[in-house]
Amino acid sequence: MKDSRIRGAEIVIKSLVSENCDYIFGYPGGAIMPVYDALYDYADQIKHVLTRHEQGAIHAAQGYARVSGKVGVCMATSGPGATNLITGIADAQIDSTPLVCITGQVASPLLGTDAFQETDVVGFSMPGTKWNIQVRKAADIAPAIAKGFHIARSGRPGPVLIDITKDAQNELSEFNYVPCLGIRSYRPYPIVKDSEITAAAEVINAAKKPYVLFGQGVVIGNAEEEFKAFLDKTGIPAACTLLGSGALSEDHPQYVGKLGMHGNYAPNLLTNQCDVLIAVGMRFDDRVTGDLKRYAKQAKVVHLELDNAEIDKNVKCAVSVLGNCKESLPMLTEKVNEGTHDEWLAAFRKLEEKEKSAVVSLDLLPTKIGLTMGEVIRYINDYKKDDAVLVTDVGQHQMIAWRYFKYKTTRTQVTSGGLGTMGFSLPAALGAQLADLSRQVVCVVGDGGIQMTIQELGTIMQTKAPVKVVLLNNDFLGMVRQWQQLFFDKRYSFTELDNPDFIKIAEAYNMKATKVTERENLSDAVAEMMIHEGPYFLEVVVEKEDNVFPMIPTGCSVEEVRLS
Amino acid sequence: MNRYTVSLFTENFIGILNRVTLIFTRRGVNIDALTASESKEDGVHRITIEVTTTEDQVLQIVKQTEKIIDVIKSFYYKDDEVVYQEIALYKIPISSLDPGLEKVIRQYNARIISAEKEFVVIEMTGHKEDTKALLEILQDFNILEFARSGRVAVAKPMGTIEQYLNN
Repeated sequence: MKDSRIRGAEIVIKSLVSENCDYIFGYPGGAIMPVYDALYDYADQIKHVLTRHEQGAIHAAQGYARVSGKVGVCMATSGPGATNLITGIADAQIDSTPLVCITGQVASPLLGTDAFQETDVVGFSMPGTKWNIQVRKAADIAPAIAKGFHIARSGRPGPVLIDITKDAQNELSEFNYVPCLGIRSYRPYPIVKDSEITAAAEVINAAKKPYVLFGQGVVIGNAEEEFKAFLDKTGIPAACTLLGSGALSEDHPQYVGKLGMHGNYAPNLLTNQCDVLIAVGMRFDDRVTGDLKRYAKQAKVVHLELDNAEIDKNVKCAVSVLGNCKESLPMLTEKVNEGTHDEWLAAFRKLEEKEKSAVVSLDLLPTKIGLTMGEVIRYINDYKKDDAVLVTDVGQHQMIAWRYFKYKTTRTQVTSGGLGTMGFSLPAALGAQLADLSRQVVCVVGDGGIQMTIQELGTIMQTKAPVKVVLLNNDFLGMVRQWQQLFFDKRYSFTELDNPDFIKIAEAYNMKATKVTERENLSDAVAEMMIHEGPYFLEVVVEKEDNVFPMIPTGCSVEEVRLS
Repeated sequence: MNRYTVSLFTENFIGILNRVTLIFTRRGVNIDALTASESKEDGVHRITIEVTTTEDQVLQIVKQTEKIIDVIKSFYYKDDEVVYQEIALYKIPISSLDPGLEKVIRQYNARIISAEKEFVVIEMTGHKEDTKALLEILQDFNILEFARSGRVAVAKPMGTIEQYLNN
């Protein structure tokens, strides 16, 4: 009788196929080789993207997950392969990105012996993963992967790590994939309580100056329509967090801008003037609140949130509504009064004008000689499609691109929000592009960040992913330099960069590349890039010492937002 | 700052204790004492942790521990909301065994649980203050070793984990 058992390595691949995984971002090595060998026979079912570094693999998986809404999958070998994933794991955890990371491990008899390329990756990643496990038997592989996918994608999503010993990969076992539908100790979607909805509606209905702050929870919950319906009925002004961008079209009449350290003037300032603050799927990050002691003290806070640990964590609320906002928002919409808040909305618009003349016009329509980052984003807006995805790195360009990019649809914002990981954008843009080849993906990166993962240009070359890379080059670690200027007496300690010829590098990777140094060439260059069919590299040499304003300096209140 | 008992019910999963204590470590809250054991429910383990901190902090810790996939439910109690005991063992040289020591043992409701050639082991169950008081007295008897367990505690509020599991 034929043995129906298969190797653990093949069980890994067949389990991933069962979870409809279509891309693996990874890097092979000794301890994961049996899985790579099995993958060879499944090339028609799963595409593998060979990144140039494991950090690139996990960021690519993040970009893929954020745009597709599916679980991103990455794979690495033991030891350094596994530890190179740690930055991305921490990034995915804080930004609630669903990932399954599969790592090879030395054979189980060698565990704990400091064997070649052995690390305790389960121990390393324990604080940063939503869940992790080491598998030492082939029979345990499929259940671990099933549980991993369920945990990664459900509730508040996050990264999962499954470490598989080499002997488990080689061992024979039956394959029987049973998707995980529930875990006794894990309740990812708390049931929304009517009493909480009623209490929230009462507070909102009594408000004179209600104000909505929305975050990525709206996107994760696929609750964009429900959120819009709530706003349409109540007429309440709404501002977004960094990762909430795109959950509501910026064309919406009640959209009033962006929150936080480099957000818009009115949304920050008026946080301390509203009487009811309705937070939807956001976690009151310190970059949003500034000094907590002086944050919205006059307001009753209503918090709609999936994760119980976020409630009262930073800001004490008058009413909390625990549960998925896709469920809670329609219940709340039913109980709130129809209304308009024209006068209150006008207060935002008035301050918007102030910001426009003090900052926005100078950024978008500059008259000085040097090119600004803002005008580059202005041209990207001119030539982009509504559903174009903006992927940014970390720093000044990130804040400028976020401020001026016109978000029209959901899942168009991919950036490292919570961890602020430089080097994130290039691989994340690749993953975002592969998630949907029909969409434009624009990667805006600084000269500091690109050099942290610049080798991923090689992956873009190999996949031919038509990513548009826009390098805003100011020969500085710009955001650190801005802080040095404002808070460290202009002592520019190790922030100036002697940069390579980026165009030569891009061309060496077979990318069409253009460098712009003059304003008169910018529009055409952006237009050419956006209609180009393949990957494109556009370097724009921008003003060396430009700053990002408005700004709420660390430790200051939201009402101390500076325009210059 | 107050003393709290954090009571966690968990699946019996490898590394669970590590995952739980990491939450305390990250927030800089020192664990005064810790015990772990099976519970009366099959496959459900309980971890009892004593901490001295603020109520805001302990509430956040409880919520964070509940986010751990294998934690079923987590509670926290003030001292008057739990019935708890600790066990303390005192090793005394046999030469110290005299009528005075015998009197102390009776007075504290302690007992000798082992008598060896060179020493005896005295056991006392009670609250930390009681076992500490006995420790201080036993210093005069040339105490050789002292060990105290963490809390073993049950909550006074009726119905906890069973209700949650059955919901």
